[in-house]
Amino acid sequence: MSTETLTIGKALNLGLRRAMEDDAKVLLMGEDIGKLGGVFRITDGLQKDFGDDRVVDTPLAEAGILGTAVGLAMRGYRPVCEIQFDGFVFPAYNQIVTQVAKIHARSKGRLPMPIVIRIPFGGGIGAVEHHSESPEAYFAHTAGLKVVAVSTPSDAYWGIQQAIAHPDPIVFLEPKRRYWEKGQVDVDGTPDPLFASRVVRGGDDVTVLAYGPMVKTALQAAQAAAEEGRSLEVIDLRTVSPLDLAPVYDSVRRTGRCVVVHEAPVTLGLGSEIAARVTEECFHSLEAPVLRVGGYDTPYPPSKLEEEYLPDLDRVLDAVDRSLGF
Amino acid sequence: MSTLSQTTEVVDPVPGADAPHLPGQPDLVQLLTPEGERVEHPDYSLDVSDEELRQLYRDLALVRRWDVEATALQRQGELGIWASLLGQEAAQVGAGRALAADDMAFPTYREHGVAWTRGVDPLHVMSLFRGVDQGGWDPVATGFNLYTVVIGAQTLHATGYAMGLQRDSAESATLAFLGDGATSQGEVNEALIWAATFSAPVVFFCQNNQYAISVPIERQSRVPLYQRAAGFGFPGVRVDGNDVLAVLAVTRAALAAAREGQGPTFIEAFTYRMGAHTTSDDPTRYRLASELEEWKLRDPIARLKAHLSRSGIADAAFFAGIEAEGDELAARIRRGTLEMADPAGTEIFDHVYAEQTPELVRQREEFVAYHASFEGEQ
Repeated sequence: MSTETLTIGKALNLGLRRAMEDDAKVLLMGEDIGKLGGVFRITDGLQKDFGDDRVVDTPLAEAGILGTAVGLAMRGYRPVCEIQFDGFVFPAYNQIVTQVAKIHARSKGRLPMPIVIRIPFGGGIGAVEHHSESPEAYFAHTAGLKVVAVSTPSDAYWGIQQAIAHPDPIVFLEPKRRYWEKGQVDVDGTPDPLFASRVVRGGDDVTVLAYGPMVKTALQAAQAAAEEGRSLEVIDLRTVSPLDLAPVYDSVRRTGRCVVVHEAPVTLGLGSEIAARVTEECFHSLEAPVLRVGGYDTPYPPSKLEEEYLPDLDRVLDAVDRSLGF
Repeated sequence: MSTLSQTTEVVDPVPGADAPHLPGQPDLVQLLTPEGERVEHPDYSLDVSDEELRQLYRDLALVRRWDVEATALQRQGELGIWASLLGQEAAQVGAGRALAADDMAFPTYREHGVAWTRGVDPLHVMSLFRGVDQGGWDPVATGFNLYTVVIGAQTLHATGYAMGLQRDSAESATLAFLGDGATSQGEVNEALIWAATFSAPVVFFCQNNQYAISVPIERQSRVPLYQRAAGFGFPGVRVDGNDVLAVLAVTRAALAAAREGQGPTFIEAFTYRMGAHTTSDDPTRYRLASELEEWKLRDPIARLKAHLSRSGIADAAFFAGIEAEGDELAARIRRGTLEMADPAGTEIFDHVYAEQTPELVRQREEFVAYHASFEGEQ
């Protein structure tokens, strides 16, 4: 067993490297990912080692990245596309939704689309407009796509490799504000399945669900709640589509209460779907309605206001209080 | 007979070019005049045997017969819709016959003539327009991708596939089909940029049929479309799209250049959509009957027939034989379309993913159980 302490960013870098070593058909495409190593340095050093045919600095054209990835996938390649920031995925949205997501069904399975779309997502870095978005619901709503959101270095390291090896197109969401946070990664271990949620803190009073950057926030809230004698169970969903809610149902049947946390606006966000499913499955166990904590239904604000826009420890605890108040 | 096609100062060598909305058409490559006279071009020669000429005629005639039958079937309620290729047979057959077996074509939704040249069973195209599936042919085996309905999206797929060919050191190329309207799409412009930047072995084959449904070409471009290529840094050529020989020669040359590593070419096949955009369209609302009449004089099939007849390459018996073969084909298409089984409802779940999700398994079971609940009812 070989355990290393890695940041999420470095874990992704090593995961990409290993995926490229394992399969010569894997190639990376994106803006500034070659010499520069990406604006977040996730692909640092990879072009030097794998060449510019496999680590491709593309023209500045996101639809072009995804559209050519489709053709490369048809030719047997496994393109890993980096979208530089969440807000820049929309020029590629047409290709993702009308082509990448549908070609497997259109072709009755003759044309698999093993494409990974890496997107640094979410806010909290003091950025200008279009650099802090949480677009996961658009993709989770689209049949044919799968959506993963990692929260730890270990999941980043293993998840990117699993996503690349997977036969279906995957939107791989990276919590950009957590890129520099460290954790233990067993680089020779056996990873958990990609499409599985995970209980990351046991508790009895309220079930709190999160994914990506909000997992840490939820854990901080659980710690604070514990100091006040309240026991929160925190589940890292890890996969946004398909959702793995069996562990959630088990938890909610015990706690009777459920709070879903994400940065994305609450209206028709993942929390809405989860609330509906939890209500269907756990109706007789619920002591309170499923509550959602998320962004407001506004455009993502200027950075001086983002701390008030984003869910934080206090807003999670506020929702926990409201849940317990029913 | 006209020698206009041999000079680059030609103003109006093609039918319709003097229509009110069309500017002069310079630099048109033509090897067969509208009257059926074989002419030479300084840059494009074509060696075709008499047998090949007869086969090209057969392709054109059978594709048109298929198209006529499909339109009739739609009118009789047997197809949901049909996108007719009437008038564009030469552009499609010429381009399709220029492809090598290992090349890959990326069609729009109107390339029935190219499908024919790739050996796609017409019934696999009919099943799409009947609503049975999204196209039943095997894109890998035929070298002919599935139809792409979102305008221009396939040009990027063709470019990416060509980048794959480069990485595989394959001596093949891709042929990306698009229309005049598609040239306004951002994705098409991205494809041209990518193809140029990576010198990808892709040929862009634009059938300028003068209309994007109802909107004429002037609303898409202030310059002749083939001239756009210069701005992207690769050759553009305008070919008489109703001249199957010129299309074949120009496309062959462009594909050969692509395979040899010389990068992309943009071909503008100057043609005319003689029918409606689809069976849901009414072209009398946006164009004059006189314009159509002018283009009918330059029909792509009539001109090859005139050439074959006049030169003695084909006789009346040959043409009668093709007509009979066309009728047989039409009958087979009609019968096959009418006999096409409706798909099973559960099929909608079966290919969404390569690795099925638990949620879709659940929804499929629910679907089956729901429908089973009606069993035994009237």
